Amino acid sequence: MNTQQTIQQKIRDAFAPLHLEVINESGMHNVPAGSESHFKVVVVSERFGNQRLLQRHRMINELLSSELSGGVHALALHTMTPEEWFAKGGKAPESPQCMGGSKAGQKPAS
Amino acid sequence: MDVLDRIKEQVESNPIVLYMKGTPQFPQCGFSARAASALMDCGEEFSYVNVLADPEIFENLPKFANWPTFPQLYISGELVGGCDITVELHAAGDLHKMVKDAVAGAKGPGQQAE
Repeated sequence: MNTQQTIQQKIRDAFAPLHLEVINESGMHNVPAGSESHFKVVVVSERFGNQRLLQRHRMINELLSSELSGGVHALALHTMTPEEWFAKGGKAPESPQCMGGSKAGQKPAS
Repeated sequence: MDVLDRIKEQVESNPIVLYMKGTPQFPQCGFSARAASALMDCGEEFSYVNVLADPEIFENLPKFANWPTFPQLYISGELVGGCDITVELHAAGDLHKMVKDAVAGAKGPGQQAE
Protein backbone atom coordinates (compact mmCIF):
# COMPACT_ATOMS: atom_id res chain seq x y z
CA MET A 1 0.00 0.00 0.00
CA ASN A 2 1.44 3.40 -0.88
CA THR A 3 1.22 6.40 1.47
CA GLN A 4 -1.86 7.80 -0.25
CA GLN A 5 -3.73 4.52 0.24
CA THR A 6 -2.54 4.22 3.85
CA ILE A 7 -3.86 7.70 4.63
CA GLN A 8 -7.18 6.85 2.99
CA GLN A 9 -7.48 3.59 4.90
CA LYS A 10 -6.61 5.12 8.28
CA ILE A 11 -9.08 7.98 7.90
CA ARG A 12 -11.83 5.69 6.64
CA ASP A 13 -11.39 3.43 9.65
CA ALA A 14 -11.22 6.24 12.20
CA PHE A 15 -13.84 8.70 10.92
CA ALA A 16 -16.30 6.72 8.78
CA PRO A 17 -16.42 9.74 6.46
CA LEU A 18 -19.41 10.68 4.35
CA HIS A 19 -16.88 12.07 1.90
CA LEU A 20 -13.11 11.62 1.71
CA GLU A 21 -10.53 12.97 -0.73
CA VAL A 22 -6.83 12.26 -0.34
CA ILE A 23 -5.02 14.09 -3.12
CA ASN A 24 -1.30 13.78 -3.74
CA GLU A 25 -0.22 17.35 -4.49
CA SER A 26 3.50 16.62 -4.45
CA GLY A 27 3.66 17.42 -8.15
CA MET A 28 2.95 21.08 -7.26
CA HIS A 29 6.12 21.22 -5.15
CA ASN A 30 9.89 21.16 -5.31
CA VAL A 31 10.27 17.37 -4.97
CA PRO A 32 11.20 14.51 -7.32
CA ALA A 33 8.53 13.10 -9.63
CA GLY A 34 6.50 10.33 -8.01
CA SER A 35 7.00 11.70 -4.46
CA GLU A 36 4.41 11.26 -1.74
CA SER A 37 5.32 14.32 0.30
CA HIS A 38 2.46 16.81 -0.04
CA PHE A 39 -1.16 15.80 0.44
CA LYS A 40 -4.49 17.52 0.60
CA VAL A 41 -7.12 15.75 2.67
CA VAL A 42 -10.81 16.58 2.67
CA VAL A 43 -12.77 14.73 5.35
CA VAL A 44 -16.49 15.12 5.90
CA SER A 45 -17.60 13.28 9.00
CA GLU A 46 -20.28 13.37 11.65
CA ARG A 47 -17.51 12.77 14.18
CA PHE A 48 -16.33 16.38 13.90
CA GLY A 49 -19.58 17.68 15.40
CA ASN A 50 -18.99 19.99 18.40
CA GLN A 51 -15.23 20.03 17.82
CA ARG A 52 -13.18 23.09 17.07
CA LEU A 53 -10.97 23.11 13.98
CA LEU A 54 -7.84 22.86 16.12
CA GLN A 55 -9.16 19.70 17.75
CA ARG A 56 -10.22 18.17 14.41
CA HIS A 57 -6.79 18.80 12.91
CA ARG A 58 -5.09 17.40 16.00
CA MET A 59 -7.07 14.16 15.67
CA ILE A 60 -5.94 13.73 12.05
CA ASN A 61 -2.35 14.76 12.77
CA GLU A 62 -2.24 12.17 15.52
CA LEU A 63 -3.80 9.46 13.37
CA LEU A 64 -1.18 10.15 10.68
CA SER A 65 1.74 10.80 13.02
CA SER A 66 3.91 8.04 11.57
CA GLU A 67 3.33 9.33 8.03
CA LEU A 68 4.09 12.90 9.16
CA SER A 69 7.29 11.89 10.86
CA GLY A 70 8.20 9.83 7.80
CA GLY A 71 7.98 11.14 4.26
CA VAL A 72 4.89 13.34 4.48
CA HIS A 73 5.99 16.94 4.66
CA ALA A 74 2.75 18.88 4.08
CA LEU A 75 -0.83 18.05 4.89
CA ALA A 76 -3.53 20.51 3.88
CA LEU A 77 -6.58 19.65 5.98
CA HIS A 78 -10.18 20.50 5.31
CA THR A 79 -12.37 18.96 7.99
CA MET A 80 -16.11 19.44 7.92
CA THR A 81 -19.30 18.02 9.32
CA PRO A 82 -21.88 17.00 6.69
CA GLU A 83 -23.85 20.20 7.48
CA GLU A 84 -20.77 22.39 6.94
CA TRP A 85 -19.90 20.52 3.76
CA PHE A 86 -23.34 21.03 2.24
CA ALA A 87 -23.36 24.69 3.35
CA LYS A 88 -20.11 25.14 1.39
CA GLY A 89 -21.67 23.59 -1.67
CA GLY A 90 -19.61 20.41 -1.44
CA LYS A 91 -16.28 22.07 -2.20
CA ALA A 92 -12.95 22.45 -0.41
CA PRO A 93 -10.49 25.32 -1.10
CA GLU A 94 -7.64 24.93 -3.58
CA SER A 95 -4.14 24.48 -2.14
CA PRO A 96 -1.54 27.19 -2.79
CA GLN A 97 1.29 26.87 -5.28
CA CYS A 98 4.77 26.12 -3.97
CA MET A 99 7.11 29.08 -3.46
CA GLY A 100 10.33 27.13 -3.13
CA GLY A 101 10.34 26.19 0.56
CA SER A 102 13.72 25.29 2.00
CA LYS A 103 14.97 24.61 -1.52
CA ALA A 104 14.08 28.04 -2.91
CA GLY A 105 16.28 28.82 -5.87
CA GLN A 106 17.18 25.18 -6.45
CA LYS A 107 15.77 22.98 -9.14
CA PRO A 108 13.90 19.88 -8.00
CA ALA A 109 15.96 16.71 -8.14
CA SER A 110 14.68 14.36 -10.81
CA MET B 1 18.53 29.38 26.66
CA ASP B 2 16.89 26.10 25.76
CA VAL B 3 15.08 26.32 22.44
CA LEU B 4 11.69 25.37 23.90
CA ASP B 5 12.08 28.15 26.49
CA ARG B 6 13.01 30.53 23.69
CA ILE B 7 9.80 29.64 21.81
CA LYS B 8 7.76 29.96 25.00
CA GLU B 9 9.17 33.42 25.58
CA GLN B 10 8.41 34.43 21.99
CA VAL B 11 4.76 33.37 22.12
CA GLU B 12 4.22 34.81 25.59
CA SER B 13 5.90 38.16 25.09
CA ASN B 14 4.27 38.88 21.71
CA PRO B 15 0.49 38.99 21.30
CA ILE B 16 0.63 37.53 17.78
CA VAL B 17 3.43 35.32 16.43
CA LEU B 18 3.50 33.56 13.08
CA TYR B 19 6.15 30.89 12.58
CA MET B 20 6.56 30.69 8.83
CA LYS B 21 8.85 29.77 5.97
CA GLY B 22 10.28 33.05 4.71
CA THR B 23 8.92 36.46 5.71
CA PRO B 24 5.50 38.07 5.15
CA GLN B 25 7.08 40.14 2.34
CA PHE B 26 9.02 37.21 0.87
CA PRO B 27 7.28 34.00 1.86
CA GLN B 28 8.98 30.81 0.71
CA CYS B 29 6.01 28.48 0.97
CA GLY B 30 2.47 28.87 -0.36
CA PHE B 31 0.92 27.84 2.95
CA SER B 32 3.00 30.38 4.90
CA ALA B 33 2.15 33.03 2.30
CA ARG B 34 -1.57 32.45 2.78
CA ALA B 35 -1.41 32.58 6.56
CA ALA B 36 0.70 35.77 6.50
CA SER B 37 -1.64 37.40 4.02
CA ALA B 38 -4.71 36.61 6.16
CA LEU B 39 -2.95 38.14 9.17
CA MET B 40 -1.80 41.24 7.29
CA ASP B 41 -5.39 41.74 6.19
CA CYS B 42 -6.39 42.15 9.86
CA GLY B 43 -4.49 45.44 9.95
CA GLU B 44 -2.51 44.97 13.16
CA GLU B 45 1.22 44.53 13.57
CA PHE B 46 2.31 41.00 14.25
CA SER B 47 5.58 39.23 14.99
CA TYR B 48 6.93 36.49 12.82
CA VAL B 49 9.79 34.01 12.93
CA ASN B 50 11.31 32.77 9.70
CA VAL B 51 11.88 29.11 10.56
CA LEU B 52 14.14 28.62 7.54
CA ALA B 53 16.55 31.12 9.09
CA ASP B 54 16.53 29.44 12.52
CA PRO B 55 17.24 25.71 12.17
CA GLU B 56 16.89 25.13 15.91
CA ILE B 57 13.35 26.46 15.93
CA PHE B 58 12.56 24.67 12.64
CA GLU B 59 13.63 21.43 14.27
CA ASN B 60 11.90 21.88 17.62
CA LEU B 61 8.73 23.92 17.07
CA PRO B 62 6.65 20.82 16.17
CA LYS B 63 7.33 19.50 19.70
CA PHE B 64 6.37 22.75 21.40
CA ALA B 65 2.61 22.47 20.94
CA ASN B 66 2.57 19.00 19.39
CA TRP B 67 1.78 20.35 15.93
CA PRO B 68 3.74 18.74 13.11
CA THR B 69 3.65 21.32 10.30
CA PHE B 70 4.39 24.95 9.37
CA PRO B 71 3.15 27.65 9.47
CA GLN B 72 1.94 27.90 13.07
CA LEU B 73 0.00 30.88 14.40
CA TYR B 74 0.01 31.79 18.10
CA ILE B 75 -2.30 34.42 19.55
CA SER B 76 -1.96 35.43 23.23
CA GLY B 77 0.36 32.48 23.84
CA GLU B 78 -2.04 29.87 22.44
CA LEU B 79 -1.70 27.85 19.26
CA VAL B 80 -4.47 28.86 16.86
CA GLY B 81 -3.48 26.43 14.11
CA GLY B 82 -1.79 26.22 10.75
CA CYS B 83 -2.57 27.71 7.35
CA ASP B 84 -5.95 26.06 6.79
CA ILE B 85 -7.33 27.07 10.20
CA THR B 86 -5.97 30.62 9.92
CA VAL B 87 -7.52 31.05 6.49
CA GLU B 88 -10.86 29.60 7.60
CA LEU B 89 -10.99 31.87 10.66
CA HIS B 90 -10.20 34.81 8.40
CA ALA B 91 -12.95 33.90 5.95
CA ALA B 92 -15.45 33.56 8.81
CA GLY B 93 -14.45 37.00 10.18
CA ASP B 94 -13.18 35.54 13.47
CA LEU B 95 -9.46 36.13 12.94
CA HIS B 96 -9.89 39.89 12.78
CA LYS B 97 -11.55 39.95 16.21
CA MET B 98 -9.00 37.57 17.75
CA VAL B 99 -6.14 39.73 16.50
CA LYS B 100 -7.71 43.01 17.68
CA ASP B 101 -8.49 41.53 21.11
CA ALA B 102 -4.96 40.18 21.50
CA VAL B 103 -3.39 43.51 20.62
CA ALA B 104 -5.78 45.41 22.93
CA GLY B 105 -5.12 42.93 25.75
CA ALA B 106 -1.34 43.25 25.33
CA LYS B 107 -1.56 47.00 25.87
CA GLY B 108 -2.61 46.20 29.41
CA PRO B 109 -5.48 47.36 31.59
CA GLY B 110 -6.02 51.07 31.90
CA GLN B 111 -4.82 51.77 28.41
CA GLN B 112 -7.34 52.59 25.79
CA ALA B 113 -7.22 50.38 22.73
CA GLU B 114 -7.55 52.33 19.49
